[in-house]
Amino acid sequence: MTDFTPTTPEEVLSVVQWAAAEQAPLEVVGQGSKRGIGRPAQTEHTLSLSRLSGVTLYEPAELVLTARAGTPIAEIEKLLADYNQQLDFEPLDYGPLHGQAAGAGTIGGVLAANLSGPRRLKAGAARDHILGINAVSGRGEAFKAGGRVVKNVTGYDVSKAMAGSWGTLAVCTDVTFKVLPVAETETTLAIRGLLDDQAAAAMALAMGSSAEVSSAAHVPEGVAISVVGGALGSDAATLLRLEGFPPSIAYRLNLLQDMLKNAGELQVLLGDKSKAVWRDLRDCIPFADGTHKPVWRVSMQPSEAHRMTLDLRQNVPASAFYDWQGGLVWLRMEHGEPEAERVRALVRAHGGGHATLVRANAAVRAAVPVFAPQPPALRALAERLKASFDPHNILNPGRMAG
Amino acid sequence: MTGLVMPKADEKTMARRAEIVAAMRAIVPGEGVVETVNEMRAFETDALTAYRQLPLVVVLPETVDQVARILRYCNENGVRVVPRGSGTSLSGGSLPLADAVLLVMSRFNRILEIDFPNRVVVAQPGVTNLGITTAVEQDGFYYAPDPSSQIACSIGGNVAENSGGVHCLKYGLTANNVLGLEMVLVNGDVVRLGGKHLDSEGYDLLGLMTGSEGLLGVVTEVTVRILKKPETARAVLIGFPTSEQGGQCVADIIGAGIIPGGMEMMDRPAIKAAEDFVQVGYPLDVEALLIVELDGPPAEVDHLIAEVERIAQANGSTTCRISGSDAERLSFWAGRKAAFPAVGRISPDYLCMDGTIPRKELPRVLAGMRELSEKHGLRVANVFHAGDGNLHPLILYDANNPGELAAAEEFGADILRLCVKVGGVLTGEHGVGVEKRDLMPEMFTEADLDQQMRIKCAFDPNHLLNPGKVFPQLRRCAELGRMHVHQGKMPFPDIPRF
Repeated sequence: MTDFTPTTPEEVLSVVQWAAAEQAPLEVVGQGSKRGIGRPAQTEHTLSLSRLSGVTLYEPAELVLTARAGTPIAEIEKLLADYNQQLDFEPLDYGPLHGQAAGAGTIGGVLAANLSGPRRLKAGAARDHILGINAVSGRGEAFKAGGRVVKNVTGYDVSKAMAGSWGTLAVCTDVTFKVLPVAETETTLAIRGLLDDQAAAAMALAMGSSAEVSSAAHVPEGVAISVVGGALGSDAATLLRLEGFPPSIAYRLNLLQDMLKNAGELQVLLGDKSKAVWRDLRDCIPFADGTHKPVWRVSMQPSEAHRMTLDLRQNVPASAFYDWQGGLVWLRMEHGEPEAERVRALVRAHGGGHATLVRANAAVRAAVPVFAPQPPALRALAERLKASFDPHNILNPGRMAG
Repeated sequence: MTGLVMPKADEKTMARRAEIVAAMRAIVPGEGVVETVNEMRAFETDALTAYRQLPLVVVLPETVDQVARILRYCNENGVRVVPRGSGTSLSGGSLPLADAVLLVMSRFNRILEIDFPNRVVVAQPGVTNLGITTAVEQDGFYYAPDPSSQIACSIGGNVAENSGGVHCLKYGLTANNVLGLEMVLVNGDVVRLGGKHLDSEGYDLLGLMTGSEGLLGVVTEVTVRILKKPETARAVLIGFPTSEQGGQCVADIIGAGIIPGGMEMMDRPAIKAAEDFVQVGYPLDVEALLIVELDGPPAEVDHLIAEVERIAQANGSTTCRISGSDAERLSFWAGRKAAFPAVGRISPDYLCMDGTIPRKELPRVLAGMRELSEKHGLRVANVFHAGDGNLHPLILYDANNPGELAAAEEFGADILRLCVKVGGVLTGEHGVGVEKRDLMPEMFTEADLDQQMRIKCAFDPNHLLNPGKVFPQLRRCAELGRMHVHQGKMPFPDIPRF
């Protein structure tokens, strides 16, 4: 049992070369903040990147940042904030949902889990902002892909393949991300008291308008009270976020208010209050209840989301709230059972998508596929891709088992 | 690259031509198989017209099942396949091979679904880029990526090349706007990636497919995100006495937190050629001309125009015109959009390059290009997507002068080497194809390229799909898969452990 904590890319290479020669499986982690997701590791050795840390290039005028993969995300967010910039995809923090402190995690983990937040709808996820990587494959070979510029089609987009691969293809040692300016102001329009289907219609209307809504969420009655310590009150809240320059926000808010004046009671959340609400939704705070009740993160077509949850609740007790206009459904299974097959069958029946079990105790995660199983041809392709990077299956073996 | 070497035609396959044509006819009836030399001429090149090659046979399937059967047949019989959309590749991505079936997807030309509540369009791959916008614009929507060939290029080709365009600074490339694909693997398997939902349940194969230049699979359906058309757009035309000032203005606009809908720059030779051609009133006494377009709600556009004007003046602009009408805005763009044909008027031939650099390196790269221009004895005009550092140097030459094409290609290669040297890349949006294939080692090590080829092997173990493109040297998958292990002790006993 060995925990390797290399401090340079060369040391990472030597560890993986040794593991490849010995065919010794490695659990690859940053700070281990997302260990609660995926099949529990059963490896003798751990490769931790927590000491492979530091921003190696940051050029605000070029909108680009390169860091060692083990750099704490908190350190990067602070540095960017000093220059009034940010990772536009606002990576969520799984800490609170798993009963851990907020603020842990590394930039490499952000890529490996392809994190994103409420702005995913407009700005994309980690996959949409990664520009380049340096990595060590499971073969024990160092390679690079991509670059440090946004417009780049030179060779396959191997950096994107790292997004959401949970460290099963290669160990990234350096990652380069596009960064963007922070919007000058943000304001949220809340429509109060809507049922799920009414909210779906209101969000579709808003997203299809010229108001350039950057996030759209619906928190039903019963869940709303858990947002920002009750600051939203208990009535259902359908939330539309506007970001940008003040004159633009004023105009777009007016447009939305006019369009939705008959939809329900309207409320405006300014600045910090708006930010606090979206941060809570980003991190799934309403379900950060200190329990191990299973939580699903479901990605599906927005217009079907409320129908899927309605069907689910006919059979099992579940709480839900919606982000990405409904394209992201957070589900908490109130009776403690994951109901994996039922949830996934309903997602399929409602236009397709995928459900990831992002919270469950280790016994459940060992028994239930955490990531959605794929059809045979796709699964075979994914296995060949894995083998092309890691033929002996030494990097996070079984973590993504579906 | 006039010495372009393509994979040697397989004589056994060539000898079996009649049998292969018959097999194709059994799969695709009627006019879907083109085999006479005269008819195949129409397919012998793409938009990189310096290279021409007749294919073995041209097949134009109409159904996914036909595509699957064609690929299965070719895979089982070791026959190479070159996929083609509209044939507008600027890098020779769809250049045929003498021993390969040319699989043309142009009959997949229907829009399958328009879904406004979810803001997506599902289209067959042969639908043109502009065709998607046309299908939704009466409802006020559009598809954002807008490569300059958008009137002709297909959405399937856009996926293959990860196409960009003027708008991608603000709205992203094809990869950021495609949500789902259906594709056929070389073994005939049909798989679906993504859909109307976001992100993947497994590896991001959608991300890998986008920009894979037809080497990994054949796309048979594309789901794209559509956006509400901005209420207004206005443009500012700004002239600078030096390219350094123009470059600094671009940096300052972005530094002020402004991401324009488009931000284009032209150098003096390009300005002159464009103005001579379309006469839109470009200033001729400037070294750099910047077009900045702001789009969005009127209140935002007005606010940002004033900001851009202030930044331009602070950087010593000598001209700064703000479009007062949509007609005037379009006239600002007319010269830029006509830049390529305008250069075509002043030179019998030109090569269009496509490197990307960190923006701050622009003055250094421009100076380097002037030196290279003297060294190679050829003129160059420059247009750039200034916001993202994507350069399109146009190298002027005359193919009728012996040796000039070769000189132009060497000049182009030198420019791309310079781009890589300053931290940039070989191609921003046109693809590697055959054009930049042999320059790949300038940017990637053997280990980098080997890992990319192993990905290729996971999709296409016999290198049958579009061989001769992207990779300078094809290595057998069995050889690539071999492990060279270093048996040894536990490494670095001094590596910290807990």
